[in-house]
Amino acid sequence: MNIAVLTKQVPDLVEGVEIDASGKAVDSDSIRYILSESDDHALEVALLLKERAQARVEVFSLETGEVRDSLYAALAKGADRVVIVATGAKTPPSNHTAAKIFAAVLRDLSFDLILTGVRAIDDLDGSLGGLLAGYLNLPYVGLVRKVETADGTSMAVVQKEYPGGYAAELEVKLPAVLGIQAAEQPPRYVPVSRLRQVMKTAKVEEKEAAPAEAETMEVARMFKPEEGAGAAMLSGTPEEVARKMADLFAERRLVR
Amino acid sequence: MGKDVWVVAEHFQGKLNDITLELAAKGRELAQTLGGQLAVILLGSEVKGLLGELACDVVYLADRAEFREFTPEAYSVALQAALKDAEPRLVLMGSTSVGLDLLSLLSARTGKPCLDNCIKLEASDGRLFATSQIYGGKLFAEVAVPDATTLIAVVPGSFPKPENVAAGRPEVRDIPLPAAMPEIRTRFRKLIEPPPGDVDITQASVLVAVGRGIQNADNLAMAEELAEAMGGAVCASRPVIDQGWLPLTRQVGKSGMTVKPKLYLALGISGAPEHWEGMKNSELIVAVNTDPRAPIFAGAHYGAVVDALDLIPLLTEEVRRANMKKAG
Repeated sequence: MNIAVLTKQVPDLVEGVEIDASGKAVDSDSIRYILSESDDHALEVALLLKERAQARVEVFSLETGEVRDSLYAALAKGADRVVIVATGAKTPPSNHTAAKIFAAVLRDLSFDLILTGVRAIDDLDGSLGGLLAGYLNLPYVGLVRKVETADGTSMAVVQKEYPGGYAAELEVKLPAVLGIQAAEQPPRYVPVSRLRQVMKTAKVEEKEAAPAEAETMEVARMFKPEEGAGAAMLSGTPEEVARKMADLFAERRLVR
Repeated sequence: MGKDVWVVAEHFQGKLNDITLELAAKGRELAQTLGGQLAVILLGSEVKGLLGELACDVVYLADRAEFREFTPEAYSVALQAALKDAEPRLVLMGSTSVGLDLLSLLSARTGKPCLDNCIKLEASDGRLFATSQIYGGKLFAEVAVPDATTLIAVVPGSFPKPENVAAGRPEVRDIPLPAAMPEIRTRFRKLIEPPPGDVDITQASVLVAVGRGIQNADNLAMAEELAEAMGGAVCASRPVIDQGWLPLTRQVGKSGMTVKPKLYLALGISGAPEHWEGMKNSELIVAVNTDPRAPIFAGAHYGAVVDALDLIPLLTEEVRRANMKKAG
């Protein structure tokens, strides 16, 4: 079984995001990049399938952020091949554009499963996996939390999440695209020593791809939530906050 | 340019989902402003009983065995057929497990633009503006909706659910499905129920909710103690569940539970839209986070910028003291 995992880097929200001078985009200078969380889960799903079903795992990323770091980490975790898809674009593409680029790159390769995170924090125009499946005319299931392959490479059995703790079990003929919400186990950790070793010996491949044109939605403006529009703040040391909070609960008869 | 507004209906176990009622009410308002009609697209098997609950002008219906259960593939084939010779201005769906799959597949298959995570839609002077949440609720993006048919997925709860919907008598039109349906490569096997036997967090009047800020599984014991002192239960946001620190039954948010306790104490939870969706109707929301810009503070009633790990044991002591005072 051959699996392609599509990953991308997104701003680390712990560091905060700022709006640039145009007012229509985030300021890329203010950003520290990390691997998109659900992409990390998609990679974990692929690595579990590698262990259980002898799959070969190849990871593809567009050229945004510090993409090499996350690709070396993917190799250190057990990916067989990692590829940067280079288009020369200066800004991160929309998901429509990214899906068209990936469709062109993956169309002629024989992957049984294409996995990607179902959502990224900077998604505006739908999910990459669904768009890619649409362009390649492959089946797609999103919000997937469990993937098992049965019967060689002809079919996958997946669990798709619904609200209220429900899930649907679906069977999908391969090849197919899956939008992963979560792996069965937390994404594995790479020891720094292993990462260093991989960075010395392994290779991140680069593949040139033609830029793509796709229908876009133009952002008129970006803005932050109004400050002070929300909570009444309880200030002070943790001790003082604890006292104020307990008083608040007592006032509202929320203690036993 | 089209003037009609379409809503893709979602239903589960024979009932329309709230998001569909919210979108139908908002869709009616927008259709009136645009001078068009409101249509609902209803896909399923033996779903005619739902027609009376839909207050709209037209229902596009595909009532066939192959639509009994949702599969992204079969449903998008039907939606594509419905859109073939039509030109609505907007096609609205939920930013949900069902809607998100359809949004992307349909956009790619039809070449129509799409927008996700929408929380606001406004029409003025014939132009439409949509606002979406991005970066975990830390930023909003306002988009001028193109004049051509646009697909938009709306975050559940963004628009009010109407109290009483006047039973409609919509005109029913069958969706012109292709004579030979393409092969559907996705098959529904079974519904998996939520695992039983754990605490039912939807019934708790006080919820102590923990997020990433709890840092590791060992710290959960402190949260349990606080919940115990307050007579409540512990629940969590997605990252805590994905780490395997608490069972799925404790998850609040988009794919977890929707809760409405008297008190929702959010400890170390940033308040990403997926989480907010599941707890925003709580009577009192108190949020604790080290990041003063955490989106949770925008919607909470009370907040404090302290480390939840410092606060939890202190608050447990204070609550115990208050309990004793009350008992004594």
